[in-house]
Amino acid sequence: MSQIFHRSTNLISRLTIFGGIFFLAALSYALYAIELSPYYTYVDLARQQPVPFSHKHHVGELGLDCRYCHTSVDQSSFAGLPPTQTCMTCHSQIWTNAPMLEPVRASYRDDKSLSWTRVNSVPQFVYFDHSIHVSKGIGCTTCHGPIAEMPLTWRAQTLYMEFCLNCHRQPEKYVRPKDEVFNPRYEPPPNQMELGEQLVKEYKIQKLTNCSTCHR
Amino acid sequence: MSSDSNPKYPNSVDLDAARANLAQSEGKRLWQSLDELSETQEYHKFLEHEFPNDTAKEPEAAGINRRDALKLMAASAAMAGLSACTKMPLEKIVPYVKPPEEIIPGKALFYATSMSLGGVATGVLVESHMGRPTKIEGNPEHPGSLGGTSAQTQASILNLYDPDRSQTVLFLGRIDTWSGFVAAIANIRTQLGTKGEGLRVLTETVTSPTLGAQMKNLLTQYPEAKWHQYEPCGRDNERDGARMAFGKPVNAVYHFDKADVVVSLDSDFLNSGPGHVRYARDFAGRRGLEGPQPTLNRLYVAESMPTGTGAVADHRRPIRATEVETLAQQLAAAVGAGGGKAANSNVPADWTSAVARDLTSHRGSSIVIAGEGQPAEVHALAHAMNSALGNFGKTVTFTDALEADPVNQTDSLRELVGELNAGKVGILLIIGANPVYNAPADLDFKTAITKAELRIHSGLYTDETAQYCHWHVPATHYLESWSDARGYDGTIGIVQPLIAPLYDSHSVHEIIAALSGVQDKSDHDILRDYWKSQRPEKDKAFEDFWEVTLHDGVMAGTALPGISVSAKADFASQSASRQTADPNALEIVFRPDPSVGDGRFANNGWLQEVPKPITRLAWDNAAMVSPKTAQKLGVSRGDYVKIELSGRETKAGTWIVPGHADDSITLHLGYGRWLAGKIGSGPGFNAYPLRTTAAPWQATGVRISKTGNDYSFASVQHQYPIDRDHQETEQESTEAFRRDLVRIATLDEFRKNPDFAKSPEEEATAGLSLYPGFKYNGYAWGMAIDLNKCVGCNACVVACQSENNIAVVGKDQVERGRSMHWIRIDTYFRGDLETPEMYFEPLPCMQCENAPCEYVCPVGATTHSPEGLNEMTYNRCVGTRYCSNNCPYKVRRFNFYLFSDWTTKSLYGLRNPNVTVRSRGVMEKCTYCVQRINAAKIRSEEENRSVHDGEIVTACQGACPANAIVFGNINDPNSRVAKLKAQSRDYRLLTELNTRPRTSYLARVQNPNPEIRES
Repeated sequence: MSQIFHRSTNLISRLTIFGGIFFLAALSYALYAIELSPYYTYVDLARQQPVPFSHKHHVGELGLDCRYCHTSVDQSSFAGLPPTQTCMTCHSQIWTNAPMLEPVRASYRDDKSLSWTRVNSVPQFVYFDHSIHVSKGIGCTTCHGPIAEMPLTWRAQTLYMEFCLNCHRQPEKYVRPKDEVFNPRYEPPPNQMELGEQLVKEYKIQKLTNCSTCHR
Repeated sequence: MSSDSNPKYPNSVDLDAARANLAQSEGKRLWQSLDELSETQEYHKFLEHEFPNDTAKEPEAAGINRRDALKLMAASAAMAGLSACTKMPLEKIVPYVKPPEEIIPGKALFYATSMSLGGVATGVLVESHMGRPTKIEGNPEHPGSLGGTSAQTQASILNLYDPDRSQTVLFLGRIDTWSGFVAAIANIRTQLGTKGEGLRVLTETVTSPTLGAQMKNLLTQYPEAKWHQYEPCGRDNERDGARMAFGKPVNAVYHFDKADVVVSLDSDFLNSGPGHVRYARDFAGRRGLEGPQPTLNRLYVAESMPTGTGAVADHRRPIRATEVETLAQQLAAAVGAGGGKAANSNVPADWTSAVARDLTSHRGSSIVIAGEGQPAEVHALAHAMNSALGNFGKTVTFTDALEADPVNQTDSLRELVGELNAGKVGILLIIGANPVYNAPADLDFKTAITKAELRIHSGLYTDETAQYCHWHVPATHYLESWSDARGYDGTIGIVQPLIAPLYDSHSVHEIIAALSGVQDKSDHDILRDYWKSQRPEKDKAFEDFWEVTLHDGVMAGTALPGISVSAKADFASQSASRQTADPNALEIVFRPDPSVGDGRFANNGWLQEVPKPITRLAWDNAAMVSPKTAQKLGVSRGDYVKIELSGRETKAGTWIVPGHADDSITLHLGYGRWLAGKIGSGPGFNAYPLRTTAAPWQATGVRISKTGNDYSFASVQHQYPIDRDHQETEQESTEAFRRDLVRIATLDEFRKNPDFAKSPEEEATAGLSLYPGFKYNGYAWGMAIDLNKCVGCNACVVACQSENNIAVVGKDQVERGRSMHWIRIDTYFRGDLETPEMYFEPLPCMQCENAPCEYVCPVGATTHSPEGLNEMTYNRCVGTRYCSNNCPYKVRRFNFYLFSDWTTKSLYGLRNPNVTVRSRGVMEKCTYCVQRINAAKIRSEEENRSVHDGEIVTACQGACPANAIVFGNINDPNSRVAKLKAQSRDYRLLTELNTRPRTSYLARVQNPNPEIRES
């Protein structure tokens, strides 16, 4: 009996087998890439907000301190989002008729909160505490990125567990002097490792990597 | 009644086999349940399997075939993979417009307020997260609390968020408004004219000075109106006993911290009644055995149904409730307190005389206390004994009555019913009370109430009584309202709201004000104006006083002054001439349920699910009898019986309680409600139909007959037994094994051998391991639980549930061994079935240093922290349950279903934001309140110091009225916990497994009277 398939079909079967391996590898890579892509992590995606608030303008150009608005960042787990009243301390005096600020004025007038879209968040089973990080010399920009350059705010880091552990394992790589914590334009010095190790000792920074530090 | 063809709980226990089993053991054997002694199948199932009911069955048992199972498996495998790919949802974040004062988002605030039960207030501090109360703690400033709480206080926060609360004003069952009601009241006022004829107000016990003044004002306005008070488990007998002894209804305050000998005549003073939280603390303070010459007080308890107080007694005598009076007379005669008579009694005379001798040798430092369930005569006799023993002014002091109007409430209700039936009542305003459900049966309140022309009800729920009323006004929860109330010693506690009323609710003050013609005055203004008029401080001084009072939650220095009373000469002999009941007649005893009380907490899932002390029943009451009586009556456990008493009847399931008095049936009140809400309507049996004004607490002449049906109960007593399967040698008997779990000695034995709780073998092998141990360089958290102090009140269990967002699973799941409590109170019995000693052992996670659970987790969801905690990481857990299987202490709990309520909106506010609300399929367990540990560590690090001893208080520790639980850093030799662990009584469970638990126990030391030889 003659063979059913022509010899050339061997090529097809070989291609299918090897191609399958490549296909699976490519698929895994694609999934991995998606997982790390801004589509999935929201990193570098500026969010539309009810008012196009610019950190670049307020922080970078006017030089407002982070704590002017995020008042509880050094006292509580939650950094705090400014109440409308805080906006109105200035905007009842300047730009009082700017149409862009109408939602803010409306909020103040009607006693109705502004509803912002959250930019930085961690999953609900993660209990992150701002105050301890701030008081141990971890600067705002370490997690929140170049905030003074953001016209609309975007997420600068994935805030994945890997990201957290990077620093929790080697805080000396990221720690900065306490008086630089709120400096939005801080650049780590060339001798960061040296300075970092000194600060870790000075600030009694523990390398906490056990689960209940964040999960409970 | 169970229609289940396959009852999940084995009903019958073989009492004869149990007795034979006990007789075999040498000495006194420690045992947990009748199931264990009679070796039921169910017991073995729970002993040998961690998950005995593990067939993946829906609660209502839908049949699943193999094909469906495969489909589900495939689907769940696919879903499980996909779930990891969830994209984080976009969230909104909403700031305040104007920030409220004091609130820092993410930080809890604590406010002082007071919770009243039976009119008597206990001070509490309430944790508030951004305006929503989440957790209740005791108020250390309040003399009735000193920081402790009860289970009911802990659970009361659940009532605030209860979705079944009534939410709107109702008129004839239709939604109406408060302004509509106020208009109706104005209309009523015109009808009432100047005299107020036909107006009747029915409240529960009122100790609030403000409400008292309002009522007085109302009655002055309407001289023909009347104020009635009724509460089914009030203090009538106590008041009448005081009237009998002293001629006026004074309030007795006991000082257990000064008492060396305490005799309780059917009084569960450690777990119920005014001041019980404080009493537990004072009493336990004498059981700590600290110092070089440790001493103990001594407690005698005579009671029918075993209670927490009975369990901690040095001598407990089970006697029928109707016989306590005879005992009281004999005891009174023996201590020289009046003319008792030598009636026949089941209590041996030498027992009574030994107790009397002990009392007389402790003049001025003893207490005789009578339970509310005992008639006024017993209370009077107790007063006479305290007087004769010179205890007045020392261990027992007196104040004026706490109540604004201390009437006999049964008489008060009877009078009201009489007038209702005579058609004299035009307008009946019922505030808080629920007489349709809980009035004595002979008054037939249900019929009487319909005779009132207009009926108004105010309460938290549209309950049984609300259904009989034209108007219903939702009442504010105490966490939503302004008020005041007196504590057990008269101290005025302020009730202040933690949150604005969630619904269209109004407080009693506002309703009474409206009725007095004062409209639109808030309860805050009413309260403040009242105190402004009463206090000597004026203007600025008053403002300061008010601020301090609101801050502290108590009005400083308002404890009622002690008054000296003298016993009337002849009452003791008067009572002696009373007819006493036939000492062998079958009696029925009514007592408030230890969890749901008189029924007011029936719709509270936490209190329904918490296993009751001793019986460890959840979700039910039962006709409880002793083993002997069960055999005599021919009933076995789980028999659904008919109970008849003077022409009235009710039906109930039978439960056999070791240590219950013979010829006595105890039926707890508070169950069998029909309009309590989704949770409270249904469970249990209604005892009120048998209760009459003549015999509100106990009655003889009861008949019991089988209906032929079974009733299936949910008791956790046979669940989670710590077994000895791991024992390699079978030489060690069960008895010896149990003795290792609960270590007990008498005071004499302890003095001779303070190290009785240590075993030389254990000491020698402690810490031996082939592997290097963990090093704990910083903090090392540990806990010490003093078994000598625990009174088994369940406050810790409910506090844990509240703090850690623990779900309620329902009766069906409890029966299957799936209740979720992170701490359980193991209860052991020692000795025979009739008069066993009882031992409580609270069991949280042991936080082992060599934790068996950690080694077996395939996904690293349970891990060891550098501070010695066994951490449970929910988001990693895939639900293999290996950890639970490997836990010798059986403290891990698995979410077989989505037990947490994720859909009911009103419950969102209840949750502790610092603890994950668990989902289906994850394991959970006690964390030592790691959220509190972390918060304290963060605080201390920010202040550049280390955590102070006592800075971290776990939820169970904070709630404990007896200070039995102490938590802290065992690496600090000066910490309280380290010092307790250094005591010679310290021991650990299952040391032979080398788990090295961080939770250790202080052994129980009893102080029996050497003159009494218990059988």
